[in-house]
Amino acid sequence: MAKRSAPEVNAGSMADIAFLLLIFFLVTTTIETDSGLSRKLPPMEEQEEDVIIKEKNIFQINVNRNNELLLKTGGEEKLLNIKDLRAEAVKFLDNGGGTGEDACKRCKGNKNPKSSDNFQKAVVSLQSDRATKYDTYIAVQNEVIAAYNQLRNREFKRDFPGEDMSFVEAEKRYNDPRTSSSEKDKLKEKLEKIKLLIPQKFSEAEPKKSN
Amino acid sequence: MSKFKKKKSGDLPAISTASLPDIVFMLLFFFMVATVMRQNTLKVQNSLPAADQVEKLDKKDLVMYIYVGKPSSNYQSKYGTEARIQLNDKFADVDDIAAFIQAERASKREELVPFLTTSLKVDSDANMGIVTDIKQELRKVNALKINYTTRKGDALAGLKD
Repeated sequence: MAKRSAPEVNAGSMADIAFLLLIFFLVTTTIETDSGLSRKLPPMEEQEEDVIIKEKNIFQINVNRNNELLLKTGGEEKLLNIKDLRAEAVKFLDNGGGTGEDACKRCKGNKNPKSSDNFQKAVVSLQSDRATKYDTYIAVQNEVIAAYNQLRNREFKRDFPGEDMSFVEAEKRYNDPRTSSSEKDKLKEKLEKIKLLIPQKFSEAEPKKSN
Repeated sequence: MSKFKKKKSGDLPAISTASLPDIVFMLLFFFMVATVMRQNTLKVQNSLPAADQVEKLDKKDLVMYIYVGKPSSNYQSKYGTEARIQLNDKFADVDDIAAFIQAERASKREELVPFLTTSLKVDSDANMGIVTDIKQELRKVNALKINYTTRKGDALAGLKD
């Protein structure tokens, strides 16, 4: 028998099949949003010794059940709009009211003797009610972290002008798996220095029972 | 006699669709690679609050998820409308968290256990009370690294005051 050429397969419906699969994956895809505010909880033990902190070094934020903020610092209390929280926190942390060995050379604040001594001494304390809404709590946390980041960015730029990036950008670069390990080592040293200089001293009181 | 022949008008040549499958396949492969199948079926409402000072949470295998929120509408008749905790695929109580953390730790290699992070996916309408209870439980089992998982966005924009 003579050689017969194989009949060509019709590929016209290939596009349809591909479209079907495409639509399935389009629908099931969720681009994950896994980012957030990382925090560290205090360990359960070591609560026996009470640390004595001067009242002027505490920036106390109370959030009540109606999601209103009360700020206690420098011997005065006031109701605060959350939009002003970041500026207030920066003002408090950057105050530099210390004298003698507590003096703060880097602070650029207005050196109010009733407010915080220096970066190391300043403590931010947050107390929330059981009925406080979670989104308000996150907003407060966010603003406090933003205040710290703002100061850390400033000091990072001052200490390492050659890097041409801010603290937050440097940290992002450090956490990026594509960064080479030699660059990581260099960045780590610088990041640690800034973190030591401006530690995040953030204390959270256990919330009051609301009645 | 004209030098230029007039082109035949009418009957446009058909556009070749031969490369259409290639294009579609390209898109298909992109979505296949980018897809992450959900690990847990959500039984609670979970609209996360927004924040802009976020850090990325990579290494997905080292993250434990705790969901908190109101039960979704088809579970509300059974579980009510108060915010509940979901661990894996089940509704749970605050007391179950310790066991959940131990089980997660046991399933990981021992040298990775210190790097485990707990991701709190809490609905923005939930109250702080339940979140605080969870945090106390986590402190008891010494799972101290936590992450308040949020959307990226302006934290102040969504607040109703």
